[in-house]
Amino acid sequence: MKLHKKDNFSRRNFLKTSVLASGGMLIGFNFLTACKPEAKMPVDIANLNFNDFNAYIKISEEGFVTIFSPNPEIGQGVKTSMPMIIAEELDVAWQNVTVAQADLDTKNFKRQVAGGSQSIRSSWSVLREAGATAKQMLMQAAANKWQVDISTLKVANGIITNNNGDTLGYGDVVKEAALLEVPEKVTLKELKDFTIIGKDAVNVDLHKIVTGQPLYGLDYKAEGMVYATVLRPPAFGQELVSFDATAAKKVTGVIDVITIGEKVRDFKKSGEKNWSFNLSSSDKVVVIAKNTWAAIKGKKAIKAKWKTITALESTEKHEEVLNGILNDTKGKVRREDGNVAKAFTNADKVIEKTYSAPFLPHNCMEPMNFYANITKEKVHLVGPIQTPEAAANVVGKMFGFAQDKIHLEMTRMGGGFGRRLYGDFVFEVAEIANKIQKPVKLISTREDDMTTGIYRPSTKYKISAALKDGKVLGYHLKEASINGNMYGSIAHFFPAGCIPNYKVETGNYKSNVTTGAWRAPYTNFLAFAEQTFFDELATELNTDPIQLRLNLLENIDSKKDKRIQYSGKRTKDVIELVREKGNWGKVAAGIYQGFAAYYSHNTHVAEIADIEIKNGLPVIKKVTVAVDCGIVVNPTGAKNQVEGGVLDGIGHAMYANFSLKDGKPTYKNFDTYRLIRMNETPKVEVYFVENNLKPTGLGEPGLPPAGGAVANAINAALGKRLYSQPFIKDLKKQTILG
Amino acid sequence: MPNYTLNVNGQQRQVTVDEDTPLLWVLRDELDLVGTKFGCGIAQCGACTVHIDGVAMRSCQMQVSILDGTKITTIEGLSTDGKHPVQEAWETIDVPQCGYCQAGQIMTASAFLAENKNPTEEEIRNAMHGNICRCAAYNRIEKAVKLASKNL
Repeated sequence: MKLHKKDNFSRRNFLKTSVLASGGMLIGFNFLTACKPEAKMPVDIANLNFNDFNAYIKISEEGFVTIFSPNPEIGQGVKTSMPMIIAEELDVAWQNVTVAQADLDTKNFKRQVAGGSQSIRSSWSVLREAGATAKQMLMQAAANKWQVDISTLKVANGIITNNNGDTLGYGDVVKEAALLEVPEKVTLKELKDFTIIGKDAVNVDLHKIVTGQPLYGLDYKAEGMVYATVLRPPAFGQELVSFDATAAKKVTGVIDVITIGEKVRDFKKSGEKNWSFNLSSSDKVVVIAKNTWAAIKGKKAIKAKWKTITALESTEKHEEVLNGILNDTKGKVRREDGNVAKAFTNADKVIEKTYSAPFLPHNCMEPMNFYANITKEKVHLVGPIQTPEAAANVVGKMFGFAQDKIHLEMTRMGGGFGRRLYGDFVFEVAEIANKIQKPVKLISTREDDMTTGIYRPSTKYKISAALKDGKVLGYHLKEASINGNMYGSIAHFFPAGCIPNYKVETGNYKSNVTTGAWRAPYTNFLAFAEQTFFDELATELNTDPIQLRLNLLENIDSKKDKRIQYSGKRTKDVIELVREKGNWGKVAAGIYQGFAAYYSHNTHVAEIADIEIKNGLPVIKKVTVAVDCGIVVNPTGAKNQVEGGVLDGIGHAMYANFSLKDGKPTYKNFDTYRLIRMNETPKVEVYFVENNLKPTGLGEPGLPPAGGAVANAINAALGKRLYSQPFIKDLKKQTILG
Repeated sequence: MPNYTLNVNGQQRQVTVDEDTPLLWVLRDELDLVGTKFGCGIAQCGACTVHIDGVAMRSCQMQVSILDGTKITTIEGLSTDGKHPVQEAWETIDVPQCGYCQAGQIMTASAFLAENKNPTEEEIRNAMHGNICRCAAYNRIEKAVKLASKNL
């Protein structure tokens, strides 16, 4: 990776880059507008010339610093870590900084998205430049005032000092600084001089969270706002025929019962496409009420008739088609090295295993909801969405508004996990608001979220290895999934480049069940399949599982293959760190260990799970994790992400079951759908590889290896290999349980 | 619609709502106390936990009509200054990720610690098992409950 090669940025280059990227992230400084201590986005943001305005930073004459965090906050911590990066280069004291959530603003920001663990990775340089540019202009203003050269000045905590020991605060020079030309070049700090990055900073919303202040979309209220619930087809493949709202209209508080769907069909007919749009063409029944409870009760009272348009699918059907893809079809080849067929023909032994995972709902704790107010002149949208730009874009097209007539405010989100990448609930509430011409909030129940979701699709892998002379000489992985397949460079992840004869192919089945990204898409299950497969190969080859991985990684860095993004060295680093910290092979009697390592979302992770067996059941005691995400911006936040990712990975691998029958999900709420709870959680110990490499994301990478590490530990303890999730079901099948 | 007088966070509050309205929606929609969260609606996730006479209860399953004469405490009223030892422990440990379930976690923890001042690790894990954290910040929740028990 080319890192910190160039620490000086020419202004011309910078502007060029900015303008080209999705409408442009423009830099400038809004120092003329005094900023109140309570942070608020300026309403005229769109009218400000970029030369006068810095969308990221505001400094008042009193010296108050407000940093706008541009990306959506779903619990991944960017509302804290992104402003930390700006504050570092701006050289202000972190405790004096107010952080506010920026609104959607495609003119001044780029990539306002929460997804793919990319916020920090893609913004690292941009955020540093923004802070450094502001600092340099403030220093220049002070230099002009004192009539000295800027190079003689020093800055710390927002105070500029000259050689005579005179001081000026940022607030003292902010007016003058704003009149200066934006500098051609800015110098970024040396990493060794960092005072904010690398130090623990608690969640910026922490106090508001623990005192129950309004923060989330569900908490948002506006004058005259009504509440809406939406009755959608109960089965995938069905559409509305008719409904009787007599009983619903009698519910106290119900204002009206309407239908939506027309605008969705118009949008589809227009040929417009947007990946975040995946609504069915069916009409939906909407209950408009004065309060949430009336809206929920009213919806239950609707009597609707549905007709079946396309085949109603079931889990049995999906099993059948996925097995068919694995066994009977030719897949699309994603990567092929050497001669796989020959390697298998010449093998001493061939190992072949098949792995299965169910559909999964996201189950964000905050159910889907969104606020909309659409008048003839403009659109106001407020709520939790991971992709605000795509949402505003679709709403503009659906209802004929230019983007500058759409004001979208992002709220803190009660979880994302990929669910809120899709804007279905935004488009629904927009159609409702447009129809009733009133401010309205759409509210979903848990049952709505779980039964009309956008699921992680059920997926199967068939993996085969050709063993010869104690080595893995051939590897063949086939993926069968629903509505899509592994994306990006996943086919080039480990063990690509490590095994001379290697092939990855995929096939998929088009289903009418809506599917989409779920935390660490594909790799959330692929890592389990692959990492348990390698554990099995290690047993077969009578090699230590960690040593097998290290042997395979031996030559990876010497290969010139640009498609391979993972680093052999960094993978080895995390493996060796976890081997040491996790006391691999050196634990007390009765503790069994399992190992897994995985690279995803540009971050390398290795994990060791320690389990014991109580009453014949596996009890996971501890998971040791080693992570290489480059520079750790905020250690407390980073650890929290990894701890949570590991437990989330274990929880879903162990317990999460889901199925469909006659097009309907059979799990509807947490009484039957099992999420991991505190008394089932191990302690997670997180260690970071220390280096000076550019930071990468952490929202997802901790999750993929967790299931594999636990499954391998279960095998170490019980001698039972797990091939499907949830493990609890697989263990039952193997009559270990109950 | 009937009228109810509720004692919420030490104040008498009048509401006019249907008798089957769950306390959760009275708090959120009528009284603007939105710290109490909606998660599942069937008392399985704990996001809506409040104290009724000091006992942790699920407000999504509690009809407004049965609350006469009780003292209701929500996250907003747990302390006057936001510095209940449990809230402080949550801040020290930097518990939340998305934060949505945390009010419910704090309400469960504070009621539990009021009864059991010196809990064992196992007691904490069992007491907290009714509250789901989808981000799985469980290690930190556990640490914070332990820390709070020392500072109570």
